[in-house]
Amino acid sequence: MKKVLGMAALAAVLGCGVANAQQIDVKIGVLSDMSSLYADIGGPGSVAAAKLAIADFAKTNPNVKVELISGDHQNKPDVGSQIANQWFDVDKVDMIIDTPNSGVALAVSQIASQKNKLFIVSGAAASTLTGEKCNANTIHWTYDTWMLANGTGKAMVKTGGDTWFFLTADYAFGHALETDTIAVVEKNGGKVLGKVRHPLNTNDFSSFLLQAQSSKAKVIGLANAGGDTINSIKQAAEFGIVKGGQSLAGLLVFASDVNALGLATAQGLALTETWYWDQNDANRAWTKRWQAERNAPGKFPTMIHAGVYSGILHYLKARAAMGGSPDGKAVTAKMKEMPTDDPLFGKGSIRADGRKIHPAYLYEVKKPADSKYPGDFYNVRATIPANEAFRPLSEGKCPLVSG
Amino acid sequence: MFEICLPVILGGKCIPSTALFGQLLIGLINGSFYALLSLGLAVIFGMLNIINFSHGAQYMMGAFAAYLLLQFSGMNYWVALIVAPILVGVTGVLIERLLLQWLYKLDHLYGLLLTFGLALIIEGVARHYFGSAGLPYTVPESLQGGRNLGFMFLPNYRAWVIVASATVCFATWFVIERTRLGAYLRAATENPALVRAFGINVPRMITLTYGFGVALAAFAGVMAAPIYNVSPQMGSELIIVVFAVVVIGGMGSILGAILTGFGLGVVEGLTKVFFPEASNTVIFVIMAIVLLVRPAGLFGRRA
Repeated sequence: MKKVLGMAALAAVLGCGVANAQQIDVKIGVLSDMSSLYADIGGPGSVAAAKLAIADFAKTNPNVKVELISGDHQNKPDVGSQIANQWFDVDKVDMIIDTPNSGVALAVSQIASQKNKLFIVSGAAASTLTGEKCNANTIHWTYDTWMLANGTGKAMVKTGGDTWFFLTADYAFGHALETDTIAVVEKNGGKVLGKVRHPLNTNDFSSFLLQAQSSKAKVIGLANAGGDTINSIKQAAEFGIVKGGQSLAGLLVFASDVNALGLATAQGLALTETWYWDQNDANRAWTKRWQAERNAPGKFPTMIHAGVYSGILHYLKARAAMGGSPDGKAVTAKMKEMPTDDPLFGKGSIRADGRKIHPAYLYEVKKPADSKYPGDFYNVRATIPANEAFRPLSEGKCPLVSG
Repeated sequence: MFEICLPVILGGKCIPSTALFGQLLIGLINGSFYALLSLGLAVIFGMLNIINFSHGAQYMMGAFAAYLLLQFSGMNYWVALIVAPILVGVTGVLIERLLLQWLYKLDHLYGLLLTFGLALIIEGVARHYFGSAGLPYTVPESLQGGRNLGFMFLPNYRAWVIVASATVCFATWFVIERTRLGAYLRAATENPALVRAFGINVPRMITLTYGFGVALAAFAGVMAAPIYNVSPQMGSELIIVVFAVVVIGGMGSILGAILTGFGLGVVEGLTKVFFPEASNTVIFVIMAIVLLVRPAGLFGRRA
């Protein structure tokens, strides 16, 4: 009889153990531009980064079962919203991540808030996501327009570029970047001499460049992205802008853009990013894994891809710590409470307004002669410490902070 | 030096007259790309009655061919300028023989849908293999630098663009409108059966015409590679404007396509000075007005 009781007790203990390690089901959706302009900075590369994060987390937490899906928002806010609604309502997705294109990201952020799910932004740039439009279900992970302006803008003014002319993409992102940069330039004693708002996806910038040239501004600020930035820089070289003594400030330049320009054209360009694949051994090791997962040995991950990896890791940690509740607001709160720590961004934190905090780096594009192997693009010019890299909490006008 | 101002109702912005000359010249240069591309479209539509929606993709193929020739066989820009259009033109010949030739008897819509589908496939394949960010291609050494014209800095490459494209445009016009070969072509579109009765191989002529139109697009692509971003979507961004140019000029009119191409380049250039936000739209506004006033286009004949 005693023996039977002992067995029962043992069984109870074992049963208890099983109950503690109960399975947690998580569903994550990568919503990105899979087939157009931003497909290289986000897109399939973000899916590969997500897979790496899930695989790494599973090594230590086999009880968390993660399902990953992905979708193409085609850079259209209506398409993005429709996918987000379907994922949250029908497919029971807990969290959406990535989403380059600020227009789409702002729409998805509202949906995540209404449905009490979670949205981690890695791809989009508009600083309004943690400013006026912030909410308790959105975390902005990798970078934003304020940080870009603060990094590149300040560095240019400090090194003598005190008069500016802007070429600005005429939509939400371009305007945000222009506004943030003008604030930085003026705060540091610089002056804005003029600006041109060009339509998105402009082919020829020569007319705008002539205007910039005749303005005699020392710095031409490019508040645009992707193909627009590439075309501006390529044609500025052709028109002898830099040789004539004016400098270019690429306010949002990715490694893939530098690759498209070629170092001969891009050399000397100053730019700000929060992550660069060749900065340290951890990044290089991760890049190898990413290239294998992405099946693209010649491609290099961007900071957006790194942000997707890092964001998912932290999200899964929070889910595991909470014992599996998918409640959007609660998980967001937990993520803000826990310090962040991962191989790519190191130690950091998430602020009350949803802004993830980590250092930013000012890079300079290498001369072709200094580039030793494919992807060897940048020299680090300065490190901007985490507490200075992003907009101070009090200046963002985020309702979560003031009230 | 005097200033030129817009009427107050349009914003009243003023610029010095010298700067205006610069902008006019820039407009003319950009117009030469419109002219080259719309010329190819007009030739194809005029002779085959096909609305070639894959023209933008074929322009992109030209630029990619230039990149690949440089990367893998070390052929420089000047060689690519000849070889790339021939290679892409050959793909055009294959498309015509395998696909397009079955559609001539059907409605325009079928040709449009087929070529549009082809454009999507070509773009998708390019994106799959090369990514969307773009590929590097630099200005050939002999054309680097530029000269100061007093009112503007003119890069040598842009001067070359305008000379080359004007030459190609004029030569094409001359061949089609002023030579015996051109006369056969024009006759074949009017009455293929009769031309065939004279012992002329009409289907082969049509095939080569499509190949030539496609080669023109590829030629424009090679010309664009050193100054525009070489990416899979480079053609689809441009092609809509070029279609507007063709519609304004009059579908199928060779001279109309060339003149409208250059003219609209200038109009767009001026818009970039006085009201840059509208520079992508201005051509479509003009298109709407022209369609209302002259539905057949500025140089088109009523069908």
